[in-house]
Amino acid sequence: MTEAALSNSWQNWYRFSRNPTAVIGALIVISCILAAVLAPLITPYPEHSGSFVDFRSRHLPPSAAHWFGTDNVGRDILTRAIFGLRVSLLLALVVLGIAIPIGTILGLLAGYFGGWTEIIIMRITDIALAIPPLVMALAVAAVLQPSLINAMLAISSLWWTWHTRLIYSITRQLRTQEFVEAAETLGASKFHILFREILPNCVSAIAVKTSLDAGFVILIGASLSYIGLGIQPPTPDLGTMVADGASYLPDYWWECVLPGCAILFVALGFNLLGDGLRDMFDVEDVR
Amino acid sequence: MEFAGFLARRILWSLLVLFGLSVVIFVIARVIPGDPARMALGPTASAEQVADLQEKLGLDQPMFTQYVRFLTGLARGELGRSLLTEQSVNADIRQTFPATFELVLCTIIFAFGLGVPLGVVAARWKDRWPDNLVRAVAIVSAVMPSFFLALLLQILAGYVLNILPTTGRLTPDIDFTPLYTGMLLFDSLLQGRFDVFSDAARHLLLPSIALGAATMGQIARITRASMIDVSRQDYIEAARAFGIPDRLRMFKYMLRPAFVPPLTVMGLEFASLIGAAFVVELIFSLDGMAAYGIRAILQKDLNAVMGVVMISGAFFVVVNLVIDLLVGIVDPRVRIRGKRA
Repeated sequence: MTEAALSNSWQNWYRFSRNPTAVIGALIVISCILAAVLAPLITPYPEHSGSFVDFRSRHLPPSAAHWFGTDNVGRDILTRAIFGLRVSLLLALVVLGIAIPIGTILGLLAGYFGGWTEIIIMRITDIALAIPPLVMALAVAAVLQPSLINAMLAISSLWWTWHTRLIYSITRQLRTQEFVEAAETLGASKFHILFREILPNCVSAIAVKTSLDAGFVILIGASLSYIGLGIQPPTPDLGTMVADGASYLPDYWWECVLPGCAILFVALGFNLLGDGLRDMFDVEDVR
Repeated sequence: MEFAGFLARRILWSLLVLFGLSVVIFVIARVIPGDPARMALGPTASAEQVADLQEKLGLDQPMFTQYVRFLTGLARGELGRSLLTEQSVNADIRQTFPATFELVLCTIIFAFGLGVPLGVVAARWKDRWPDNLVRAVAIVSAVMPSFFLALLLQILAGYVLNILPTTGRLTPDIDFTPLYTGMLLFDSLLQGRFDVFSDAARHLLLPSIALGAATMGQIARITRASMIDVSRQDYIEAARAFGIPDRLRMFKYMLRPAFVPPLTVMGLEFASLIGAAFVVELIFSLDGMAAYGIRAILQKDLNAVMGVVMISGAFFVVVNLVIDLLVGIVDPRVRIRGKRA
């Protein structure tokens, strides 16, 4: 790492640590990821993450032994909520892992080359934007089987559009800038211009967008499993837990409300982080 | 005149989007599953029954012929027959769409009616407590899952306070048949039944909030940002120098140009709003198109699913056209530039 890059990363770190929104968001996200990864070690009743049944301790309210109470078959809700985070985070990871590279490459191509490349890519993007991701996931779950993999594929098949639009608009602005024209004049390959000259200038926008998106993908995944077309029981999932708990409202409110708060918590973390990063990188128009 | 050309181009593009949508939907419903007839009838049906239904629905034809039939049907406004009930999907959607439209309309009114004022307040008192409060509200509402908010509202207003109905479109013992549009709010007024109007409005309140909160937050955020943006323009500085009072400056000179970004955002957000309507309708038992779509999905009724997805997409496209038009009205520069800001 060169000295300039090093001082730059120090500067970034300083600006990051001075931004309370970003720090709180990052802390929430990191703690959620750690909790999900270490779930079997840190949860009080790891055996409750499966199809465990103990009818003597069903519907117990929150207490010292069960911080989030127990569900309708006596399983510890906190344990299942932490295991449920795994599903949520995995969904976000896979969807964005597929959507970001595809969306970025298409956005670069459309923005840089223009002409027919632009027309074809951006019109396909328009079409995909018109389909609500949740509806797509529902339709795919109906046609194939409701499962986590199908939900991931359905959501990622549409999610790249947002990244394409973002990278496209940045690339179009950068295309006529001097450093790009200089590289062109020097005879740099298209590959070099796209990935070495333009792409590095998109990184901060991609980081902001990724963080904001992770929260929204998690919300869509939760909605899907709330309807019953996401991941199937007995794998713990936050959306499924809210749906199951909802049938015991209002008496056993914790079975529905606390897993819902867990969804809110993790989505909030990603959103705050994205918001903070946006202020930090000063990329106003990324949503 | 450039604006007319711009709109014409947008309409052409919209048609192209709808055409592309039809291809996507066809692939999902006809190509992926292998045999829609077998899916509709279930594993216990005999081979003859399946072949019978295949023939009836034209599933024995080549894929391309099937697609052409689907497309010509769409062009004539025909969505085909439900695989299960063998009724026309059109009739089903015509029956269920007004409830969805009514809900979405109220949601948009709620989102703009609350989001824009909040954004204006936040911009006016930037970095002071009203601003921080609005930002907190915007962030929380953006990450609140609509189904969870719906449940919380049901608990609060239904069980705890017991002030608002939590399910359905009307109180069951009210005797009312909508005659004109199918939308209770409009028809009750047209038919002079004000009791029905207030009852329907009470039923729509919670679902609209649950569905609209996320959009409301986004609109507040964007309005705030664009008000601040506009306030830095030279002509606003000039207005300030001329001594034009604060309030007049805000409402007469700033709000109008600042209104364009929220409109544009609304257009993009609209797809996820329709998605969320699927869940909200289910929770509040509003018998709309989304609830119909979910039933169709659970029963693997693919023609109905295709119809619902197609109408959702068309709804999105039409709303975006309307927004283009509105942006042109709000911001005359667009009419010349021929592009959204």
